[in-house]
Amino acid sequence: MKRLMILERTLKNIMLNDFLLLMKSELILVIIILLLLLAKIGVKEWTNEPLLKIINLLLLLNFVAGFFFQKEGMLFDDMFMSNKLISLEKNILNLGLLLVSMIGYSWLRIHKHVTEFYILLLSTLMGMFFMISSGNLLMFYLGLELSTIPLAALVNFDLQKRQSSEAAMKLIVSSAFSSGLLLFGISLMYGTTGSVNFQIISQHLDGSPLQLFSFLLLVAGFAFKISAVPFHLWTADVYEGAPVVITAYLSVISKGAFFFAFVSVLYHVFNNMFTTWYRILLILSVLTMLVGNLFAIRQNNIKRLLAFSSIAQAGFMMIGMIGGSLAGTASVVYFILIYVFSNLGAFGVVALVSSLTGKELITDYKGFYATNPVLSWVLAITLFSLAGIPPTAGFFGKFFLLISGAGAGNYILITIAALNMVLSLYYYLVVVKAVFMDTKEEPIERLNIPALPKIAMYVCVTGTVSIGLIGWIYDYIYSLSK
Amino acid sequence: MCSLTGATIQFLLSGWLLLAYLKARSTGDKATMLFEYRHQWFRSLNINYHVGIDGISLAMILLTAFVVLSGILISWSVETKSKEYFFLLILLSLGAYGFFISLDIFMMFFFLEVAVIPKFLLIGIWGSGKKEYSAMKLALMLMGGSSLVFVGLTGLYFNSVTGNGAHSFDLQQIAQLHIPVEAQKIFFPFAFVGFGIFGALFPFHTWVPDGHSAAPTAASMFLAGISMKLGGYGCLRVATYLMPDAAQYYSPVIIVLATIAIIYGAFATMMQQDLKYINAYSSVSHCGFVLLGIGMLTKTAINGAVMQMVSHGLMTALFFAAIGMIYHRTHTRMVSQLGGLLKIMPFISTIFVLAGLCSLGLPGLSGFAAEVTVFMGSWQRPEKLYRFATILACASIVVTAVYILRAVGKTVMGPVNDNTYPGLSDASWNEKTASIILVAGIVIIGIAPFLLNNLVSPSSEIILKKITSSNY
Repeated sequence: MKRLMILERTLKNIMLNDFLLLMKSELILVIIILLLLLAKIGVKEWTNEPLLKIINLLLLLNFVAGFFFQKEGMLFDDMFMSNKLISLEKNILNLGLLLVSMIGYSWLRIHKHVTEFYILLLSTLMGMFFMISSGNLLMFYLGLELSTIPLAALVNFDLQKRQSSEAAMKLIVSSAFSSGLLLFGISLMYGTTGSVNFQIISQHLDGSPLQLFSFLLLVAGFAFKISAVPFHLWTADVYEGAPVVITAYLSVISKGAFFFAFVSVLYHVFNNMFTTWYRILLILSVLTMLVGNLFAIRQNNIKRLLAFSSIAQAGFMMIGMIGGSLAGTASVVYFILIYVFSNLGAFGVVALVSSLTGKELITDYKGFYATNPVLSWVLAITLFSLAGIPPTAGFFGKFFLLISGAGAGNYILITIAALNMVLSLYYYLVVVKAVFMDTKEEPIERLNIPALPKIAMYVCVTGTVSIGLIGWIYDYIYSLSK
Repeated sequence: MCSLTGATIQFLLSGWLLLAYLKARSTGDKATMLFEYRHQWFRSLNINYHVGIDGISLAMILLTAFVVLSGILISWSVETKSKEYFFLLILLSLGAYGFFISLDIFMMFFFLEVAVIPKFLLIGIWGSGKKEYSAMKLALMLMGGSSLVFVGLTGLYFNSVTGNGAHSFDLQQIAQLHIPVEAQKIFFPFAFVGFGIFGALFPFHTWVPDGHSAAPTAASMFLAGISMKLGGYGCLRVATYLMPDAAQYYSPVIIVLATIAIIYGAFATMMQQDLKYINAYSSVSHCGFVLLGIGMLTKTAINGAVMQMVSHGLMTALFFAAIGMIYHRTHTRMVSQLGGLLKIMPFISTIFVLAGLCSLGLPGLSGFAAEVTVFMGSWQRPEKLYRFATILACASIVVTAVYILRAVGKTVMGPVNDNTYPGLSDASWNEKTASIILVAGIVIIGIAPFLLNNLVSPSSEIILKKITSSNY
């Protein structure tokens, strides 16, 4: 009896332990990584299919666990913070990871290095978690590096493809460059404010030239990561060369995480310099939208098309960001939630087709509807969502982003953005036209889709259709944003 | 079958709605909107699911019900991918119904865009001729229109400050506020031109001929009969009603554009050889009357505009149905290749002639009643420009008569051009039912226009009161 009480008390202590609760998401990831390592070095040779199923189950548990025991607080001398919004953001990323992993099933099934793939993937995610939770520039930098370096290895994961290693090289060079910029910015910021702590920095901001310069460097570093124009040049090549699953991961989860971090850094640290970064973001967003859309129109490879479209989407998200801390944060987080579903749905179809047939050109998709009606509808619905057509959720996401931007009173920007939506609709419709209207002698044959990717597709479509119609989701995110 | 049942239910429901509405009005219910229902959608942005109807929206709902039912009957013989086809038709009609009942402009915008993509797919998959080009053009132009509407709506939203400092998308709340005149002047063109693109406002009408002619029959009927009316309704309900000062300010511009559309549409029609193009260009001309009526800003003219919307919706749907039936049998739509159809398919030809006569405004049919109302309303404006526009618009009727009589005469009268034609069958039961439904609508409005007029009048009076109360 007494022993039981001790056990209960220790359990209670564990449950109430700040360290365990606040870092819950990261710790779970560490546990999964360790399990994978053990599986790799263990005696038993795992075949791919059961291993993948177990991993997906673990990721599902990880996603579900994210909803429980959310706590608000700081750790390690304010280096690490957590609150409900951050937990939500981590959950969104967890969900995205789960979907990516399910979509990648048909590709990974025949791959030789499944455990390594997941170890690398999960460590990037952990890096992103640290980045989002950071309360300190050093912590932020640490997370950022942890999230980018394994990514380069992942981009090279099609080991036989030369394009893949070229892409990896490009990614590592460009991300090293942008990290350099960021680090330089951080060191200057430390020089002018005497601290790397977010709160202390925000109290010591006076807009001196050196601070502005360091701020610019920081923004440039971010712009690299979210592939904003003119720092977007690595994007298309890397997206094309990487395996489709990793492309999806890069364009949705990695980008989403950087946006979360960007929003939180801008509003928590640089809130006083709003007018400065308002203008910077304005220019960046207009350029990003325009260039992304115009280049997307000219693509004939569907991966490249989605790459440029994701550049354009980043431009839209930056519009949302200028709308003040409340609406800005809420609309960006909401949009990324929707973006996870719709972009992963589109990438899911592309990944399936690419892994089962090796075809990636838009012209290959001609007559796709005749042979694969379900996949065609998935592709169409998710593309419409990316284009912002109701009743899909993308409409609501874009609408709220633009409303948030218009709240800052800049109607010219809104007009440009609204016209850009028409521009973007064109290239999405080109794909839809190829799929539904064109015919071809030999269309892609009827694909036999494994269960896991199929479930992922259904989840994506359900999310894409329903999120916007359920009003309280946005209200909930809005209530969390401060 | 399923969709036919659905459409019939819709039809009956809208009839029931009409009766309920009339009953409520006759018992002296003077509220602006009846059957209101409000449900919170996005609390933080003050967006509500808010519906309700008045006379104008009721008229549009009735029109939609007529066209949807007959459109579905007409497309009975669609066999390729029929499930998707009917699904998209129903989605399109959902957009239209939703648009007409919304009292929240966010919701209105939502339904406006819902109706765009079904059109793209309908034209692109089941269409004929340059279908991909037309589908793309239509989708992009309509999206362009809705993006302009979007800017207009955000402008309204951020300039509407309700009592507790929150912004509002609610139609009635905004109507009670006074939006600053400067803001109105900026955002009225966005909203009006945006909706105008849907309603074939010159010079943004170019999607109309291509889209209509490439679309399958039922989609043409839906396009011309319903979805062009979304534009007219939006111009009236959102642009003019909510921004009355700017409406007065820009009224001459609207008049000029509408007159150009009327004249230009009429003359362009004269040059056409393809029956669908004839009807499509004449739709540009007829929708010009709608915008003319709205731009005149008098009560009679606005009544006339609404009546013209209903009348044109029914008439053009009938016209497209007849053309579709003819094309289905003869496989040509060229006026020069057709002839003497009256001897072979008397029912279809009669319908065709009837639609043509309605289009040129024969008394006793709905077109006459509507156009006369617009002209009478227009004549109430004494300014020179308005007089001039009215006279020009009246004169266009002559041109209309020329092209309609020429097209109809050549097609149904005269010698039979092709010796395969005599073996062709007349209309089947579903085509007959569809046509009779539409003809009934046209004749009822034509003989007893006061029914529609009484329905619409109280509501347009409210809009007009708002306009005259503006201190511009």
